[in-house]
Amino acid sequence: MARGNMIGASVQRHEDPKLITGAGNYVDDIKLPGMLYVGIVRSPYAHARITSINVEAARKHPHVQAVLTGKELRERQKLPLTITWVIPADLKAPDHWAMATDTVHYVGEPVAAVLVDDRYAIEDAIDLVEVEYEPLPVVTGPEQALAEGATLVHPELGTNKAYTFSASSGDIAAAFTDAPVVVKQRLVNQRLAPIPMETRGIVAQYVGPMRELTMWASTQIPHLLRHHVAEILDLEENHVRVIAPDVGGGFGSKLNILPEDVIVPMLAMISGHPVKWIEGRSENLMNTVHGRDMVYYAEIAAEQDGTIRGVRAVIYADLGAYCRFVAAGLPVLAGLMLPGNYKMTGFQVDVHVAYTNKLFVDAYRGAGRPEATYAIERTLDILADKLGMDPAALRRKNFVQESDWPYTSPSGLAYDSGNYVPTLDKALAMADYATLRKTVDAHNAGNPSVRKGIGMAAYVEIAGWGPGQATAGLGVRNQLFGSAKVRVTRSGSVEVYAGAASTGQGHITSWAQIAADQLGLADTSVRVYEGDTSTVQTGVGTFASRSVSVDGTGVHIAAKRIREKMLQIAAHQLEAAPEDLEVGNDQFSVKGAPGHAVSFAKIAQSANTAHDLPAGMEPGLEETAFFDPANFTYPFGIHICTVDVDTETGETRLTRYIAVDDCGNIINPMIVDGQVHGGVAQGVAQALWEEVVYDENGQLITGTLMDYAVPFSSDLPMIETGSTVTVSPVNPLGVKGVGEAGTIASTPAVVNAVIDALSGLGVTHIDMPLRPEKVWRAVHGGNGNGTAPAAAHAGPSGHGEGTHDAGMHGDSAPTQGGQAT
Amino acid sequence: MKQTVHISVNGKAYDSEVEPRLLLVHYLRETLGLTGTHVGCDTSQCGACTVLLDDAAVKSCTVFAVQADGHHISTVEGLAADGPLSAMQQGFTDQHGLQCGYCTPGMIMSATYLLSQNPHPSEDEIRHGLEGNLCRCTGYHNIVKAVQQAAGQAPATANSRLQPGEAAAV
Repeated sequence: MARGNMIGASVQRHEDPKLITGAGNYVDDIKLPGMLYVGIVRSPYAHARITSINVEAARKHPHVQAVLTGKELRERQKLPLTITWVIPADLKAPDHWAMATDTVHYVGEPVAAVLVDDRYAIEDAIDLVEVEYEPLPVVTGPEQALAEGATLVHPELGTNKAYTFSASSGDIAAAFTDAPVVVKQRLVNQRLAPIPMETRGIVAQYVGPMRELTMWASTQIPHLLRHHVAEILDLEENHVRVIAPDVGGGFGSKLNILPEDVIVPMLAMISGHPVKWIEGRSENLMNTVHGRDMVYYAEIAAEQDGTIRGVRAVIYADLGAYCRFVAAGLPVLAGLMLPGNYKMTGFQVDVHVAYTNKLFVDAYRGAGRPEATYAIERTLDILADKLGMDPAALRRKNFVQESDWPYTSPSGLAYDSGNYVPTLDKALAMADYATLRKTVDAHNAGNPSVRKGIGMAAYVEIAGWGPGQATAGLGVRNQLFGSAKVRVTRSGSVEVYAGAASTGQGHITSWAQIAADQLGLADTSVRVYEGDTSTVQTGVGTFASRSVSVDGTGVHIAAKRIREKMLQIAAHQLEAAPEDLEVGNDQFSVKGAPGHAVSFAKIAQSANTAHDLPAGMEPGLEETAFFDPANFTYPFGIHICTVDVDTETGETRLTRYIAVDDCGNIINPMIVDGQVHGGVAQGVAQALWEEVVYDENGQLITGTLMDYAVPFSSDLPMIETGSTVTVSPVNPLGVKGVGEAGTIASTPAVVNAVIDALSGLGVTHIDMPLRPEKVWRAVHGGNGNGTAPAAAHAGPSGHGEGTHDAGMHGDSAPTQGGQAT
Repeated sequence: MKQTVHISVNGKAYDSEVEPRLLLVHYLRETLGLTGTHVGCDTSQCGACTVLLDDAAVKSCTVFAVQADGHHISTVEGLAADGPLSAMQQGFTDQHGLQCGYCTPGMIMSATYLLSQNPHPSEDEIRHGLEGNLCRCTGYHNIVKAVQQAAGQAPATANSRLQPGEAAAV
């Protein structure tokens, strides 16, 4: 194929053949001679003092090879688990050691580990470790944790407050003073579990005489994991190799340095055997990061015609028991992204971040942006309702306009590019919005038991992490630049080594397309390698919708350098000027004379044998590129959906879903669609079903997939996708990234649709998830954790008064919404 | 006390000594090395371990190996053992019915069973037929299309994403 044809082509995925035949290689598929198995003894209490640990009975078990207690591990662990995002500078964070020694701080915290030679003996051995605890008082919500006299999660900090953060611009007081319309809403963004279908897992092997550690880990960040494991275990970084084999999803939960990342290699070092730890699903729900868990008190002041004057919010965020890898940054993002797609004259956000006796929160698909988008998009719909204005018209009126670029948001972020009106128009056209509105209103006018609703949400997110200077300024300590190496072998086959690490996003295909596009080849001529620190030069990983705009650009630049060198060689051999040549169809030819050509393979052979090269040219065909973008990217879009809400059962049925996303240029439309589909499913699930629930003692109630309601195929409709293309100026591919878009937009769109369906019944808000019981209670007048029409709610001026955390997680264990098996 | 079992897996007969508490999924993965069948939960919710037992879909994490004694088991490794992909495997790759691939073997086995029982399912029947299998990546959209293709139906088209050549120049 000629150059240019590979970008934008829905080629089939190169990674599929092994994955559809059972030939994939995930961590649990790895088996090494003499391998032993790790089990973790975990705290059953949310907060307790460890009074004794007796491991004698466990050590006598015939299959037990070793038992490691927290105190023993602590002596060998040089540094606590890494916090890589330190914001603000006065962040208060406790040292987080891989195992508790004296006090446990959440249910599931590791206190000991067993090493056995038979996988089926793991549970038996765990049961034989006798740990005695003295329970301590528990705090389970951020507002409760920050109240006067609250139990301290970490007494050594002297407070439960991790930090406060504020940002403002314009004159917020003037915006609200005498504003014709002000709306306020308390909005709970509930705690979620990421649930990749493959849980976490690690195989570790240590060659003692060489001090060489190899870890196969189900991770999104192999290079960062290597760096931090090496420093924590006091090994030289070049003695540690991390391999991320096939990884069965991540969604942020594998973007971390977690206790097992230390415990498992430590047991390999102690025992001299290769060791394997595979996380059970209950462990995954209890012990791998959760996401979200923020409460907003949001307010908008507006003119009578809908023009926004000011937006302000107070946010309470719950970090859980520790500050994990990037967790400190997420409430900051949740504040900075609050202005979204809109102009305003005043803006203010105040963020209060607390520790509690629950599992630590960290990145989960969207990570700060879904919270911000939910808050602004829900509150805008409440404003539209109050004004009697169409939600689409209200958004259109307040959008930042294309002519406003270069544009800096009220929170100080310089959006790379944007053009929101055409995206809205496209979404409205796909929905046939005007007709739809009439149909829905006519249906509801008959006061049927099953009511219909339409919901929409706009979003803009901060993606493409990212630029070195900007992220350093935000307190991010690790590198974020892109990394790629392209190598052409003597036989003319092309290899790409990229610093991202796919967990299902199809990099192996997309990077091949990017390289092939430059080299005039078919994508199938290119093989892509990721995830192994011994072969991939350097890298960061895959998260924050960063891979295509940062590492993908690296592939583009490295391939372009190869192309330029090959042009020099071809020009020499064809006795032509490089600028007179064109590249495509596996050859370099003189423009207008395709017969006067030299094949790609021939040039590759020349370069790799140093035969027939231009005088003085260095042999070889290998180029490495590191790409540090000048700015983040800001993808955006409009999602619209329709729902049926059965007021007699409270059940919501999603009937249509339309997603129009602008992620800049598109490499592979099929893959982009797939990212949107999956993101939408996760965001819809937050709106309707999913919630991590702890009781008042800090016990996890949703500890299995029987209790945590991941959606089924029968819960969702087909997703209608569309695009607009606003090219990003911050990378030469013009791409923005799309991995999180669906998750960000869909949650408010669905909640807005349900409230729209119930608007004739006086329901103005219900906190997520909109389980049937809560919807039923809201409709029938009970307290379904919804806001009755006349109910007062605290605003930023009165936060903390009359509120407590009992409302954080609903008033009962979750119903299952049809999740019977 | 170990027991002897005679199990046929993908057409090949095995005689094995197994512990009575050994799960079928671990027999397949650990004893026979057939690691295409995955484990995704502790409670039989996710379906990643789905195989066919005498042509019926079962969750192999909820079957003991001794219960498979005398029976035929089919796993994802057996579908294309003779060469070409099965229609269901072809549907999954053509329609982008997988991303991370972890649920895929179980999903393909469940979908294969579904079409064996109902060769011409409606979209609704496909969605309900796959309720025992969780996927976190695809939102099920392209999985439904994959099954439709395997059933010889025109997959639902519900998008207007840019086609090749429409993208802005780079």
